[in-house]
Amino acid sequence: MTITEKILAKHCGRKSVEPGELIQCRVDIALANDITAPLAIKEFEKVGAKKVFDRNKIALVPDHFTPNRDARAANQCKILRDFAKKHKITHYYEVGEVGVEHVLLPEKGVVLPGNLIIGADSHTCTYGALGAFSTGVGSTDLAAAMVTGKCWFKVPETIKFVYKGKLNKWVSGKDLILYTIGVIGVDGALYNSMEFTGPVIRKLGMSERMTMCNMAIEAGAKNGIIETDKITLDYVKNRAERSFQPVYGDKKAKYSKVIELDCSKIEPQVAFPHLPENSRPISKVGKITIDQVVIGSCTNGRYEDLAIAAKILKNKKANSSLRLIVIPATQEVYMKAVKNGLLEIFLKSGAALCPPTCGPCLGGHMGVLGDGEVALATTNRNFTGRMGSLKSKVYLCSPAIAAASAIKGRIVSPEEI
Amino acid sequence: MKIKGKVHKYGRDVNTDEIIPAKYLDTTDEKELASYCMTGIDGSFIKKVKTGDIIVAGKNFGCGSSREHAPISIKAAGIKCVIAESFARIFYRNAINIGLSIVESGDAPKKIKDGDTLNIDLNRGTIEDMTSRKKFSIKPFPPFIRDIISAGGLMKQVKRTLKK
Repeated sequence: MTITEKILAKHCGRKSVEPGELIQCRVDIALANDITAPLAIKEFEKVGAKKVFDRNKIALVPDHFTPNRDARAANQCKILRDFAKKHKITHYYEVGEVGVEHVLLPEKGVVLPGNLIIGADSHTCTYGALGAFSTGVGSTDLAAAMVTGKCWFKVPETIKFVYKGKLNKWVSGKDLILYTIGVIGVDGALYNSMEFTGPVIRKLGMSERMTMCNMAIEAGAKNGIIETDKITLDYVKNRAERSFQPVYGDKKAKYSKVIELDCSKIEPQVAFPHLPENSRPISKVGKITIDQVVIGSCTNGRYEDLAIAAKILKNKKANSSLRLIVIPATQEVYMKAVKNGLLEIFLKSGAALCPPTCGPCLGGHMGVLGDGEVALATTNRNFTGRMGSLKSKVYLCSPAIAAASAIKGRIVSPEEI
Repeated sequence: MKIKGKVHKYGRDVNTDEIIPAKYLDTTDEKELASYCMTGIDGSFIKKVKTGDIIVAGKNFGCGSSREHAPISIKAAGIKCVIAESFARIFYRNAINIGLSIVESGDAPKKIKDGDTLNIDLNRGTIEDMTSRKKFSIKPFPPFIRDIISAGGLMKQVKRTLKK
């Protein structure tokens, strides 16, 4: 069995499962945010449920429109706060402690290797980087799980992606995943699990692994997953809030497809509007001027992402023709960035710093685009109108390209700085 | 279950930001969500849609976010069924869980045109295009999913277990 199949089997109390089977699994963590939790809570209350299945296994993270962008958003957050209080939910995070959910929960040691996690947020697949089975669901699925502790799944087939060769300069996990989505398309892994393997992945740090698994959904996948190794265990060592058991795949596991990628041929990537599959190598981007650069999000708002951007922006100014917005994803990322002088570099470069939030990524607040505006972002989606006006455009890239482009005012390789 | 209605046709990869832009996600009110339905892709949809109508689209319908507001807004706008070549998996689950009929067909979306009138019989598994006189057959859902639908959605099923 693959890692995904083994985790699913373990959580439905069976020795084995096969792709295509419909199973009911117990969940280790069920999470929702300020957009999806209110609907789930409404459903929870509508059926007359009196208590949650386990107050320690639910995470409520108000990160999308917080700090509250307006009275309506505040009312949504109030629903989460009141519910968390009433049911004594242990993993509720108030503004001041909250951060972008998919950066926050791994940091806090809430999501762990071998776990089965569901989240009412499509980028819940991020936690596959920790060797967990983790997938996005809707609010009703979440409401049902809050009552029963269970969720139904169709066991997915698994596509194995093997990354080989030497990484070129400036190529990061973000470039690998954008390139991969470019190869297979936005529905290239529909209903499938994406397992990322190979010598390149084994050397990748946790931050970049999370970036890759985060975008598995952009290829239509049910989950992205990377087998637990020393790098994973070192990451969770001082974070894990409870004991866990890593799950490893069988050598003879069956895959629906095996795709080998030669990394020595992969350049830094930029995904053009309006789909993440429109990725092109930086050398073929041409002249594209930009109005705004956003560095942050559940894809690239970790300390390592900010560190690369700061390295490029040090003693440089962002181009006066654009707005540079930097959003450290959590309080921990913020604190480390303060201590190591990153924030001073950003401020001196002319960047605006926002509190931890999903903010502009989904056109929420803190940098929404107007008609005809063009943004370059380290986020995960460039759908029509994603960051605001239906007449705006979003290009996706790594923190390195974003920082370099902020200096030049157009999309460039960091090599040009 | 039988559905008869007019077709609103869209292309491939219709995403949840197009079905309901994120700025409107600060409510759970179905009627309000319906008033923004499809505004990210078709500003005239809400003016022309009538109760009983059908959305037909290409592959990967509903890709993107997990927001259940997307199928809720479609259902509350009066759409009785969405036919697509394929669905993004979270949208697929959400539609079943809230009781919005969805049909996966590789063939029908390619041949059905915008404005056609369809007769869909979900029990018999047939789609008839009354305008072009073409007929298509539908693959039935597995029993597990049929149980959720016949219970009236996932939470109705949960409610039954609560009573036990």
